[in-house]
Amino acid sequence: MGEITQAFAVAGAMILGLDPKLVEIVLLSLRVSLTAALIASVIGLPLGAAIAVSRFPGRRALIVVLNALMGLPPVVVGLVVYLLLSRAGPLGELGILFTPSAMVVAQTILIFPIVAALSRQVVEDAWQEYREQLRSLGAGPLASAVTLLQDARFSLVTIVLAGFGRAAAEVGAVIIVGGNIDGVTRVMTTAIALETSKGDLPLALGLGVILISLVLALNAGAYWIKEAAQRRYG
Amino acid sequence: MLPLTLDQVSFAVNGRTLIERVSVEVGAGPRTIILGPNGAGKSVLMRLCHGLLSPTSGSILWRGTNTGRQRQAMVFQRPVMLRRSALANVTYALKLAAIAPRERELRAQDVLEAVGLSHLAERPARMLSGGEQQRVALARAWALNPEVLFLDEPTANLDPGAVRDIESIIAQIHASGTKIIMTTHNLGQARRLADEILFLYQGRLAERAAVERFFRQPASPEAASFLREEMP
Ligand SMILES: Nc1ncnc2c1ncn2[C@@H]1O[C@H](COP(=O)(O)OP(=O)(O)OP(=O)(O)O)[C@@H](O)[C@H]1O
Ligand SMILES: [Mg+2]
Repeated sequence: MGEITQAFAVAGAMILGLDPKLVEIVLLSLRVSLTAALIASVIGLPLGAAIAVSRFPGRRALIVVLNALMGLPPVVVGLVVYLLLSRAGPLGELGILFTPSAMVVAQTILIFPIVAALSRQVVEDAWQEYREQLRSLGAGPLASAVTLLQDARFSLVTIVLAGFGRAAAEVGAVIIVGGNIDGVTRVMTTAIALETSKGDLPLALGLGVILISLVLALNAGAYWIKEAAQRRYG
Repeated sequence: MLPLTLDQVSFAVNGRTLIERVSVEVGAGPRTIILGPNGAGKSVLMRLCHGLLSPTSGSILWRGTNTGRQRQAMVFQRPVMLRRSALANVTYALKLAAIAPRERELRAQDVLEAVGLSHLAERPARMLSGGEQQRVALARAWALNPEVLFLDEPTANLDPGAVRDIESIIAQIHASGTKIIMTTHNLGQARRLADEILFLYQGRLAERAAVERFFRQPASPEAASFLREEMP
């Protein structure tokens, strides 16, 4: 028991003292997961909106697949990306395995379906309400999709943050394609996994506290943004 | 683009016929009011005319062709406001109509002024009251300077003062040369605004008449009984 209390105390000191090692890991985590969230959003939001406002054969199947992909197991994504990027793999030429880039790729694949599927849902709900009005004003599918993305922007922020949160909190994919190399590809989750197994509890705990705070802050932020927008714009 | 000609237009959903063989020709000029009880099919008929629904059978032609989309606008029974300012709601419509940016702003200011909303132009449209939203919707449609303006119960849920305001705006739009086609189930309003009445009953066009004739001596038994139920 005393050991754990001790570990908490050291962890607190590391956070407050901005321990360089801890800061480095946190910054890399943020960089990788934010980049992944950004890329996933740039592709996922327009795709979700496009699916929402268009009708084509196989649309239902696509939606079901997209929804199912939201639950992709990170280790499986890690494995697939590993195979693609490994020296013998089709994208081995790139030589990015065990670099932050590989981690970005894996996390992007992991959260892209979340962004696309949830934004499809949000935009489609708005579409139900707006469809006739927009058609009456002469908006085609493209203009409609853009308008709906704009009008649903605050709900979409929540979705992007959810994607980012999922990326920041996953360990399975990044540990496989990143390799948890100290100073190169070590992020919060992989560091926690390693330090815990090594018995270095303070660093693991410190990172754990930061990770949880980050997730909490994200959710609070998302909630607050939606509330404020609701009050402001109806 | 007028006249608008409906030939044996029917519309059914899931085997239920909502509009049944309506044939009518609506010409430029007089204000046409579609009158009828709740559920008669007024809104559905208007959506058909506006091109939002396609008839199950029959045809809807604008001056003999089926390309009348450009110069018509509609104000819905429940208008949808975009999540932006009242002014931006109007400029949005003008942008879709390919009006140049500078002119958009000016026209939007003009129509908002005309509907008495200048002071609320920068307010988020969705936060406006029902009556104010109705006016924004009217301004948005009017700004497009349509040849034909469809109005679906533009004064439902409004207080008497607001009703008077909207009615006078509609009169103004009519005076500026726009053909008004409007639905209502309010007899007083029909009397005040209509030049001619299309009486719709259970999806069928029961009667078409000039307004005085209609109220003095309805030709169809449906219209006669509808008029009798008017509150004294
Ligand atoms: N998309 C739809 N699918 C199925 N039924 C519909 C649809 N739209 C309208 N209806 C039905 O068609 C009938 C006519 O509806 P409509 O909205 O045209 O009535 P209305 O004359 O405008 O009535 P109100 O005065 O209440 O506005 C109603 O019974 C309604 O339930
Ligand atoms: Mg109606």
